[in-house]
Amino acid sequence: MSHLSTDILVVGAGGAGMYAAIAAARGGARVVLADKSLIGRGGATVMAQMTVAVALGEQEPDHWTHHLADTLDAGRNLCNEELAAILCREAPERIREMDQWKVGWARADGHLTQAMAPGHKIRRCVYVDFLNTGPAVAKTLRSQVARHDAIVRVGGLSITDLVRDDGRVVGAVGIDMETGRSVTIAAKAVILAAGGLTRLYRRNSASANMGGAAFALALTAGAELIDMEFVQFFPIGHLAPRLVGMDPIMWDPFRYKLGGRLLNGRHEEFIHNYGASDSGTYTVSRDVASFAILSEVAAGRGSPAGGAYLSFEHIAEADLRAAFGPVIDRLLANGIDLTKRAIEVSPIAHYHMGGIRVNGEMATNVAGLYAAGEAVGGANGANRLSGNAISEAFVFGERAGRFTAAWAAGQTMRWDDDLARAGVAAIRAVEEGEVSAQTAGIGPIFGELQEMMWDKVGLLRDQAGLKSALARLRQMRELDLPALAPGRRDPFALAVQDWFDLRAGLIAAEAITLSALARQESRGAHQRDDFPASDPAWEVNQVVRLVNGVPTVERRAVVRGSFELAPLAAAQ
Amino acid sequence: MTTQTARINIQRGAPGDPARIESYQVPYREGMSVLDALIWIRANRDASLAVRYSCTNANTCKECLVEVDGKAAYACTARLGRQPVTVAPLGNKKLIRDLVTDTAPPKETLRYALGEG
Repeated sequence: MSHLSTDILVVGAGGAGMYAAIAAARGGARVVLADKSLIGRGGATVMAQMTVAVALGEQEPDHWTHHLADTLDAGRNLCNEELAAILCREAPERIREMDQWKVGWARADGHLTQAMAPGHKIRRCVYVDFLNTGPAVAKTLRSQVARHDAIVRVGGLSITDLVRDDGRVVGAVGIDMETGRSVTIAAKAVILAAGGLTRLYRRNSASANMGGAAFALALTAGAELIDMEFVQFFPIGHLAPRLVGMDPIMWDPFRYKLGGRLLNGRHEEFIHNYGASDSGTYTVSRDVASFAILSEVAAGRGSPAGGAYLSFEHIAEADLRAAFGPVIDRLLANGIDLTKRAIEVSPIAHYHMGGIRVNGEMATNVAGLYAAGEAVGGANGANRLSGNAISEAFVFGERAGRFTAAWAAGQTMRWDDDLARAGVAAIRAVEEGEVSAQTAGIGPIFGELQEMMWDKVGLLRDQAGLKSALARLRQMRELDLPALAPGRRDPFALAVQDWFDLRAGLIAAEAITLSALARQESRGAHQRDDFPASDPAWEVNQVVRLVNGVPTVERRAVVRGSFELAPLAAAQ
Repeated sequence: MTTQTARINIQRGAPGDPARIESYQVPYREGMSVLDALIWIRANRDASLAVRYSCTNANTCKECLVEVDGKAAYACTARLGRQPVTVAPLGNKKLIRDLVTDTAPPKETLRYALGEG
């Protein structure tokens, strides 16, 4: 066994985790920045292709209160308005800082280019060409992280359990992927920045890491999860033909830069049949677009692969090339000529609005436990505004690092190897379990989980489906999981990792399902067939916490603020 | 309708082991990647297969670098075809196990954090 000691452990090295590490180091803390994958590679950030929403006023006059108004509108009256205001107010500072760090935001005519995106009333989304926002952001933050001697970067370190002493988080236990050895980490505080949970759904845009680990770690340590019923489905994820080496959500920027027509299996436009205007504007909100496509499929009007057509056949090749240059060649290499054929798209699980409940300092209700990025719930309410995810990663990451460092400065280290005994024993038990004859291990049951979440806890929900999913999830957690034995402490033992992924995924899935079952209305990303209307009585948040070890859902009043729209202003 | 399949040969083993080739037949769909096949094998045939990847579809994490038919390639962009493909770990990097090699930056490992070099 190996041991590390630090002021602050940051779990997850995507945009939020790296920003948190930088801010914590600036605040005088020693930091261990850990990620299951390589540093800066494994999260959602590196996959983000476009649009970071920020009220800079570079393209046209804007003010953060207008960004906030659009964010609250998208959130369907459920946003934690304090968190949403922080996000919109501080985003300009972070985007400017990234600019100073030479991320390379697209510029034209002497100012940053800001594009329109769905749900925004003002052109405010910055990006890095061509479809390169995420990689550029990740590279820039990696460079900044490397400049701080106080940040120890540990890739390939999978955190499996948090360690607590008398209700306070004092460190963590994990596995070094390269050797398979167990690792304990003593820390005055832990920041969970390990992203979302979209890998729990069959169709998703997730990396291998987005299986809900942050939510499971937080809930198990005594923290509360909020808005877990709200999983955002990206309406036009790539479905067919197979597209390799590109992000499945790449069609969104194409669509609102150039206009792309959404057509059903009969090649007819249909979005207007679902109460939204889209033709010629391409700004229908994500939840309506997703619902409309799946409804067409359910009515037998889907495309051959089970989605909708997205057609750019009316756009001249020169215009496609001018807008997306080398991407057009990459598509041709995939056998896709946009001038000749419509591709097929489908909603895919894309982002989780829900997450760990925090206050404005990114502190959970558990002493020593903080969160940042997509792992945080509340700011986006029932539906996230396009472009807010990267802004949120920066803003919440920076705040988490800053406030955690300030808190940790007044704390003493409280570590005892005995406190970590249960976490270490859990790793041993998985490694030393008898390898069953069923060598496939966790794969089939994880596949079942993804199918079930897609079918019963996905875009279209009803009581019967949710109840049966909940029963099966509990059975998987209580009976199936303990019986699985992936075996052997090998170097790079993904089979051991699979077991911990499944354990975390089942906890996160249960939190979603419980919340979705309890919310008897439809709102934003949560659509109930049996309760199709929004109900003003449901303008409340739901929180999941462990009560005597059992996940339990409760209602909480929405955190409101009072904001007035300030005059629009151009950047100075 | 018969299901199409493709064959993929994988060089496996830990450092010091004699390298062995294991051959798998996987369900084929047009355009599928080598990484698609490796993920399918892990989920359905042998979970102990070691392969490094994260983003799966986007070719942005750049973690899945292996050798495909003797040439360095990302498993996510290399495609399966009618002819069997052979996948091996990078020959110029220290082997960790199966297809995983030591591609982590030297200062971003537990070894370095522990002062083990």
